[in-house]
Amino acid sequence: MPHVQGLRCKECGRDYPADPIYVCEYCFGPLEVAYDYDSIQESISREKIKEGPLTLWRYDDLLPVGRENAVDIGAGMTPLIRATNLGRELGLNNLWIKNDAANPTHSFKDRVVSVATTKALEFEFETIACASTGNLAGATAAHGNKAGMKKVVFLPENLERGKIAGAAIFGNVVLVRGNYDEVNRLCSELGDNRRWAFVNINMRPYYSEGSKSLGYELAEQLGWQAPQHVVVPVASGSLFTKVWKGLNDFAKLGLIDDVPTRMHIAQAEGCSPVAKAVIEGQTHPRPVIPNTIAKSLAIGTPADGIYSVGIVKESGGSATAVPEEEIADGMRLLAETEGIFAETAGGVVISTLKRLAQQGVIGPDEQTVALITGSGLKTLEAIEDQIDPPVIDPTVESFDDVVMGAVKN
Amino acid sequence: MAERRVKFTFEGEQVKEPVIYRLGKDFPVITNIRRAQVEGNSGWVVLELEGDLDSINSGLDWVREQGVEVTPVDGEILAG
Ligand SMILES: Cc1ncc(COP(=O)(O)O)c(C=O)c1O
Ligand SMILES: [Zn+2]
Repeated sequence: MPHVQGLRCKECGRDYPADPIYVCEYCFGPLEVAYDYDSIQESISREKIKEGPLTLWRYDDLLPVGRENAVDIGAGMTPLIRATNLGRELGLNNLWIKNDAANPTHSFKDRVVSVATTKALEFEFETIACASTGNLAGATAAHGNKAGMKKVVFLPENLERGKIAGAAIFGNVVLVRGNYDEVNRLCSELGDNRRWAFVNINMRPYYSEGSKSLGYELAEQLGWQAPQHVVVPVASGSLFTKVWKGLNDFAKLGLIDDVPTRMHIAQAEGCSPVAKAVIEGQTHPRPVIPNTIAKSLAIGTPADGIYSVGIVKESGGSATAVPEEEIADGMRLLAETEGIFAETAGGVVISTLKRLAQQGVIGPDEQTVALITGSGLKTLEAIEDQIDPPVIDPTVESFDDVVMGAVKN
Repeated sequence: MAERRVKFTFEGEQVKEPVIYRLGKDFPVITNIRRAQVEGNSGWVVLELEGDLDSINSGLDWVREQGVEVTPVDGEILAG
């Protein structure tokens, strides 16, 4: 049962009905879902959550739409794994990996899209749409199919093949010949005069709420407590702000005691407006033109950048801009130690984690969670030139010679 | 008549330039500031522009030439 009061402007606090709108008409600030926490408090409990489905819908008291008609292909309740091998490598004794690549379309975007699609159906939209650099596209197309909706998914033409195929298999993918700005402009024009549910435009207040479930899960899976550190990959900053919100929601409702969590931003050097703002002591990110191999994080004008900077300050966190050449290293390190193949965004997270451990920002015994938000199979280009397995003849001699010889050396 | 919601991000010396004043004066564009923050040598302004689309676009081109970043208010639509 949703406990929604309406939408509220994050800047000026004006109230709006829970409609498919996303920006305040007075100050142009973003709108956010406002809940009646007293009513949630009466309804929610640890026991009730535990009895819920093994998806993000177990937290529907804290979502903008109930689970009765959920468009559900199994997003959420992904594994939280104790990373002892990686921890040993980095000198961290209490390290955990939240593996959101285990979602149905292999990224955390299934969380946001499951919520957005369910809400779009409730609004009686017939068409669901998005513009995406990959992960959002697959998630939107898949959930659109499950919902029986029409769908239109726009991708820039120059994307990784794995991302294009991973979305196009669901149908109705359109490749746009153009740069970021041009795709953005096209979609905002299309969105203006068509009754489409654009997951990241008119559905954005509802969509972004889906990311809170990552925060809820961390707390529940750690035995109803918030970790001391969370490392989050940042593009628009939506996930970052909502993980923080999720942890604080739980504390506010007494489901956990407190939120000692320090929130750490992970960005790639080639697109790091939010990290740079933190590092340079600015309150707001300066727009940049993205040029990074971490394409899923390539947002030059992050909508939630200002809020993310604020949360770093509030939580005593940090921000890191990882050099481009360390992204693939991070991917390899995680694969070699924990058997998890993450996409470039995960490489950014692991390299950030490594730096934070080296710098002593994260102490050896402090409980730390690194968020892996997407699968490496979608970004094979990033590691292709590092992959060089030996090739042998089908003979024992050749095996001994090439493989065992190499092992001995 | 068209309307566009944009954000100007300034840095360094440009904060001192009366960019918004001149945008409204030198182009047939009405400027309406909704929100702003200036701190030290940098800042941003969220505003609405009204006028015919060509005037708005050439006005924004001129603003960019002054070294001000111009971005849509909704941030980016293309997401990860
Ligand atoms: C794999 C992955 N991680 C992280 C993000 C960051 O998302 P946000 O825009 O919420 O910061 C995205 C998408 O943009 C993504 O695809
Ligand atoms: Zn407002």
